[in-house]
Amino acid sequence: MERMKTLIASGKTPVARHYGPDKNKLTIKDKLLLGLSLSDYLAQAFRNPVNWIFAVIFAFGGYVTVTRFLFGLGYVTHSSYDYPWGLFLGFGLFTMVPLSASGFMLGTTVEVFGRHDFKPIERLALLNGLLGYLFAVIFLQVDLGQPWRLIYPMFVSLGPAAVLFLVAWHVATYLSVQVAELVPAFAEWAGMPKLKIFIKSIILGLTIAGIILSTLHQGALGALFTYAPGKVHPLWFSAPFQWFHYFCSSIFAGLCMLIVVSTICKKTMSWRCDSNFLDNLDRLTLGLAKGATLALITYLVIKIIAIAHDGDWGYLASGWGQWYMLEMGAGVILPMILFTISIRNNLAGLARFAALIAVLGIALNRLNTALFTFNWKLYQEIPHWREVMICIFVYSLYIVTYRFILYRLPILYTWKKDEEAVG
Amino acid sequence: MKAMNRRKFLKGSLLGGAAASVIGKSKNADAAATFGGYPEAMGVLVDLTRCVGCRSCEAACNKEQGLPAPAQPFDDLSVLDHKRRTSEGAYTVVNRYEIPGQDHPLFRKIQCNHCNEPACLTSCFVKAYTKTPEGAVIYDPTVCVGCRTCMVACPFYVPAYSYSSVLNPVIKKCIFCYDTRLKFGRPPACVEACPREVLTFGKRQDLIKIGNQRIKNYPDLYEDHIYGENEVGGTSWMYLSSAPFEQVGFDTDLGTQPILSYVKEFLTVVPMVLTIWPALFAGFHLLATRKDVQKKEEKTEKS
Repeated sequence: MERMKTLIASGKTPVARHYGPDKNKLTIKDKLLLGLSLSDYLAQAFRNPVNWIFAVIFAFGGYVTVTRFLFGLGYVTHSSYDYPWGLFLGFGLFTMVPLSASGFMLGTTVEVFGRHDFKPIERLALLNGLLGYLFAVIFLQVDLGQPWRLIYPMFVSLGPAAVLFLVAWHVATYLSVQVAELVPAFAEWAGMPKLKIFIKSIILGLTIAGIILSTLHQGALGALFTYAPGKVHPLWFSAPFQWFHYFCSSIFAGLCMLIVVSTICKKTMSWRCDSNFLDNLDRLTLGLAKGATLALITYLVIKIIAIAHDGDWGYLASGWGQWYMLEMGAGVILPMILFTISIRNNLAGLARFAALIAVLGIALNRLNTALFTFNWKLYQEIPHWREVMICIFVYSLYIVTYRFILYRLPILYTWKKDEEAVG
Repeated sequence: MKAMNRRKFLKGSLLGGAAASVIGKSKNADAAATFGGYPEAMGVLVDLTRCVGCRSCEAACNKEQGLPAPAQPFDDLSVLDHKRRTSEGAYTVVNRYEIPGQDHPLFRKIQCNHCNEPACLTSCFVKAYTKTPEGAVIYDPTVCVGCRTCMVACPFYVPAYSYSSVLNPVIKKCIFCYDTRLKFGRPPACVEACPREVLTFGKRQDLIKIGNQRIKNYPDLYEDHIYGENEVGGTSWMYLSSAPFEQVGFDTDLGTQPILSYVKEFLTVVPMVLTIWPALFAGFHLLATRKDVQKKEEKTEKS
């Protein structure tokens, strides 16, 4: 955001305390406008070319999304009986959720294992988790036939033996846990210190709840496919290992997504980051890369064990097998090697590149399971263009919400104490 | 203060553990029940050797269930030129299969097979499905959220969805004419309409005997297998064929385990994680932060 840099150069400072430069107490409105006047704020927003791209996406994609609710799912999808789940779940749920595992990973690292050196990036990890889950639920709401019945599995008609029942409850509970974990950032910004103290007193409980819920629902998303043993290609299906494949891959997915997001923050909103974030980022990136590498090697091993256990070696020679080996080679082994090189040689940049590949690899894996290799004995379904458009729309909404919060709440910077500001 | 925290924490994890064990138990009970089907369940034996593809069953189903009129009338047999599946407008369809080495084709009627342990039922998180003691798998549209997991789970690709409906899209599938006929002990509309006695309605256990008898009497005519006797835990609708079943469009790789048995591997993990994780990670926390705690204690001693 070049405009923000010019404003800073002209003497404006981004809001990071309750008091303005002339020692007046800032209102919530001032904070929402980043300490700028309304006209200044709008001017900088209008001059940002990225916003124009979003405007086009919102105008067109918003229209298509509205038509889904006006004319039904049949208007925006191919209404397939054979492929009941399309991009909304294949991408929106099955890909977004593992990429949002960062919240519980960093929560565990800092709060449970006491690695306070990861603190500068903890809040970004929590926010990445919260927003990923929130928008996964929004994707789900677009996909559900009757979204207004979302609470039925909770209160109206309960089917507790179903895997999706577990997913529904855990995602709902985990969303509230993640909101609570981010309350301190909001409390600092809004000036509610008591709220922050309360959350701090229960943070260990929250974090452990997060681990339990994450283990189970990340695994449960994989277990959902064990309902379709004949439909998912055997190389992407393993009844005993499916849940562990999904859980284990969510570990590196979350860590790699965090590396990618922190890189974007550093490149596009360095004005909002403080030295605590920027100066530590290379070290933290390599730390996250270490964790991701351990998860990658574990994942690779259990993937191979699953093939051996199920006796699927023969499939590797088929066309599907080559596709599988491409996914594993490019999405798992390559980032693993690149991470190792980057850790050994202290190359944060290479680790960032490897993280991006691993994120794309996870997306490919989830789409392979949910769409590409699903019904491998039937025909291939190509999503309707309106379905693609709605996905782009909801994902853009996700990015803009993400940016809105990062600009304001103390995620990438540390909130300055009142005494420092006044004094 | 520290002791207080610890006590609070212990209390919390105990509560969590108790809750988890309750949940764990109910889950296990649901998951571990191996259900062979209701003993009095009814079924239908479909004898493909008798079917001539007249589509009378399709017409009867359409009328009985009040489905919309089809694009092509039921006496138009040209629809048999391509393979069809069940849809929101047709709960049963007949397909034609040319059999290599046979001078006449075989016709296969497709509808819900009404499994003993239905995958749709076990995958449903709002309990919209019920397997009735009469053998029907029925569906309650008033609780359905529209997640369509049942469509993913059904190994026979049977449930369809009324995607075109904006306000009330629901699952559409054969319910064995439960509301209008089966409940009163009467055969479904398609069975009554069949002019060739392709469909035999009766107790599932008797149908297996009848099927085996036919195979025994005409071993040259029939394949030595009743499709549905054991497939995915057994189904109420079963088939006899004169051609290998895979040549008549059947999936012969489904195995004899109910779909739920593939999911159990995960369901057994759930109570373990719920009970072990809290103590395990709390332990990790105490180990990982013991140096910090020691430092703090030393500080307080000094001061």
